[in-house]
Amino acid sequence: MDIFLNLLSWVLLSAGGVFVLIGGIGALRMPNLYTRMHAASVTDTMGAVLVLTGVMVQAGLTLATIKLGAILIFLLITSPTASYALASAALLAGIKPDAGQAADRTRGS
Amino acid sequence: MTVLFGIFLLTLLVITAVAIVQTRNLFVAVMLLGIFSLLIALNFFILDAADVALTEAAVGAGISTVLFLGALALTSERERLGTQHRWLSLVVVTSATLVVLYATFDKPLFGDPGAPVHQHVAPWYLEKTPEYIDIPNVVTAVLGSFRGYDTLGEVFVVFTAGIGVMFLLSAHSGGANRRKQEASGIGLREHLIPRVVGRLLVPFILLFGLYVQFHGDYGPGGGFQAGALIAAAFILYALVEGEERTLAALPQSWLNALMVSGALLYGGVGLAGIVLGSSFLDYSVLSADPIAGQHLGIILIEAGVGMTVTGVLLSIFHAFAARDQA
Repeated sequence: MDIFLNLLSWVLLSAGGVFVLIGGIGALRMPNLYTRMHAASVTDTMGAVLVLTGVMVQAGLTLATIKLGAILIFLLITSPTASYALASAALLAGIKPDAGQAADRTRGS
Repeated sequence: MTVLFGIFLLTLLVITAVAIVQTRNLFVAVMLLGIFSLLIALNFFILDAADVALTEAAVGAGISTVLFLGALALTSERERLGTQHRWLSLVVVTSATLVVLYATFDKPLFGDPGAPVHQHVAPWYLEKTPEYIDIPNVVTAVLGSFRGYDTLGEVFVVFTAGIGVMFLLSAHSGGANRRKQEASGIGLREHLIPRVVGRLLVPFILLFGLYVQFHGDYGPGGGFQAGALIAAAFILYALVEGEERTLAALPQSWLNALMVSGALLYGGVGLAGIVLGSSFLDYSVLSADPIAGQHLGIILIEAGVGMTVTGVLLSIFHAFAARDQA
């Protein structure tokens, strides 16, 4: 049983790490602000969910798991809101979601 | 493993620091300062200093960033070039760095159990906390009771800083109040999603702040962290609902009262020790049982710390915001 749980949390943590890595690469390599945000949001959603679930499996049925669950719910509510606020602020600042030409413009700022 | 992780974080810290110095865009510098604070909070955490990590994350990455952004709104986004004495500053900085580096050779090695900090009073605190104060979190025992004078000093530093900032920034508050009526439509009030989520989060942040405040005896936390968290809840409310409604919910006169009564409560608990026949800030005499007296004293002074920190941080925030619209 212990081995099974360890294996499960190992898989979850590694998968979460892979998603965080993909998000990081995307945030560096994508051409403009909106696509970069799209890549970075993978870290907030899949990365955070998988890593926190993996840690919850390790913690077992304790108070720590409830706290981690609360953090998870908090993240799932706040990070899309932060993404929305960032994108809407960028749109208001006049950065157009145009993949072709926006590459050079955002690099300057 | 911890050492490896620590070296990784410290390397990131140096990179961030260089980036802060290099950038000419002050907005970017503020964001990098937030990252710097989070990194150093992580560092504190892997060194098992959870209380300090919580303070650094709440104040350094949270409130300071908001205050910096408030200050940035009053000035331009770009740093002005044209320092005359670049070579002189370079010489001063280089020699100071060399002196500090030279001084580190005298310091004990990382994790050395023979270091003075582990030999002087720390073992005594660890040994005597269960006997004298009997709370699980030794940090709170040291901060609140053994070194109560230091914490009293910190509270008065925060209090004085709050008074200073209010004196400096609220010089034109008359004009600001008039203009505030016109500017109240600006902000996030038009945006439904941040507004709904922000309003949803405020009570939970307040609840967490109170948990950190009153759970400080048992886990990481205490007045400083709780004050920053409660101030953060009100700042979030101000960001989504506007200054005016926040000041209606918690007026400036209440904030002034919070600031003053927090510092007075701390000093009063200290004086109560004298009145009841012991020395200043000795909580043992506050109750018939010395340990219960210590508990009561720590709860009271932590409450005082929390009140002063909340009042000062919110007053500074409001002072910046009022200038912003003037």
